[in-house]
Amino acid sequence: MIPSKFDYVRVNSIDEAIQQLQQLNGEGKLIAGGHSLVPLLKFRLTEPGALIDISRIAELKEVRKEGNRIVVGALNTHFQVANNQIVKEHIPVLAETVRQIGDIQVRNRGTIGGNIAHADPAADLPAAAHVLDAKIMIQGEDGAETMDMESFVIGPLITMLPENSVLTAISFTIPPSHTKSAYLKFSHPASGYPVIGVAVVAGVDENNMIDYAKVAITGVGDVAYRATAVEEKLLGQELSETVIKEASQYAAEDGEIANDLFSSEEYRRNLCKVYTERALKAVLF
Amino acid sequence: MGNEKVNVTVKINGNEKRAEVEPRTLLAHFIRDNLGLTGTHIGCDTSQCGACTVLVDGQAVKSCTLLTVQADGSEITTVEGLGQVGNLHPMQQSFWEKHGLQCGYCTPGVMMAAVGLLQQNPNPSDEEIREGLEGVICRCTGYQFIVDAVKHAAQLMRETEAEVQLVGEERL
Repeated sequence: MIPSKFDYVRVNSIDEAIQQLQQLNGEGKLIAGGHSLVPLLKFRLTEPGALIDISRIAELKEVRKEGNRIVVGALNTHFQVANNQIVKEHIPVLAETVRQIGDIQVRNRGTIGGNIAHADPAADLPAAAHVLDAKIMIQGEDGAETMDMESFVIGPLITMLPENSVLTAISFTIPPSHTKSAYLKFSHPASGYPVIGVAVVAGVDENNMIDYAKVAITGVGDVAYRATAVEEKLLGQELSETVIKEASQYAAEDGEIANDLFSSEEYRRNLCKVYTERALKAVLF
Repeated sequence: MGNEKVNVTVKINGNEKRAEVEPRTLLAHFIRDNLGLTGTHIGCDTSQCGACTVLVDGQAVKSCTLLTVQADGSEITTVEGLGQVGNLHPMQQSFWEKHGLQCGYCTPGVMMAAVGLLQQNPNPSDEEIREGLEGVICRCTGYQFIVDAVKHAAQLMRETEAEVQLVGEERL
């Protein structure tokens, strides 16, 4: 399959990228790793007039610790994120999640910023982004701004990224040191995409009371979501199998669960409960 | 829009090549049609099967999912760059010895993915090999012989490396 014709320009700075977007007046599309965009181009599901290649902008490749947050530059590939020492030490659930994206070839090229900006409802990454309170960092015509996941991703493949702006980095909260985390996924056997993916960061205090719980679910609907109902049922409770099991019953409460050719809504709701329970047990026991 | 061609330079299997390409030219098509290196196969064309896998700057990449312009300035290795008849790469030798193929259509991509895997992890477990080959599809072998071949290649490559080191040490 051959994409429609387009022009190509490579830029070396964020400012240059924004200038190009302005000049192209809606016809320009940013490309980084291209592992979401090139398949769409080949199907001609998108036919931009020009591609603006941002993949060589050095300032988008940094990973750094800023206070209690880790800032991961948008151009880091999944392979780089999975093997980054800062990420592995402070936010291991991110490394564990990106290690399960696609396959080696995809992880070698696909970038963390591209993944979030593409907003695929079946992507793995949003689950980890939600439990780490990700802030999407954006550079636009009028300067910098940040958005959280809820306000950034508003539908399948739909984001609130303003016109003529660049997603520059994603900033993640470092969870308290006593917490543990996991990402548990049930993959569609052909595509490798999650039918469900559950990310959990949780911990107990010295009295075995659950004092930290973040749960997020991806793959089951149009957008990934924080399972806040589960978190509320867990917080302040003494850790036990019963508490986990009961809280997990609320795993589908906060999402809009899809009914499609991959699986029925009923089946997905059940997966939400089962995988949340398993992920919580893996983290807390 | 879209009629402007772009100059690219790539180093492919050690040889520098310059060309003028349409930005929409996929790397897989460039390798096959412009450079005439037809060892890189196109199986599914939807980024799933991995038959088109090549190394770009040492990393396994599906060349049907990369624009040639994105690879400008890169070093590319295709299956033709692995070894020659009479002087096979350990991966090729192992696929032969361990029967890692039947029809052979997916084999170039599988070998390139496996070489990419061994560069990231020179001593993978069976499970890591299977995980590492997630991005390639073979419809003949049932994968078991491919896993055997990759394991054997990893061993051969570690031994060769050890020998090289040994020779080096003796020289010191």
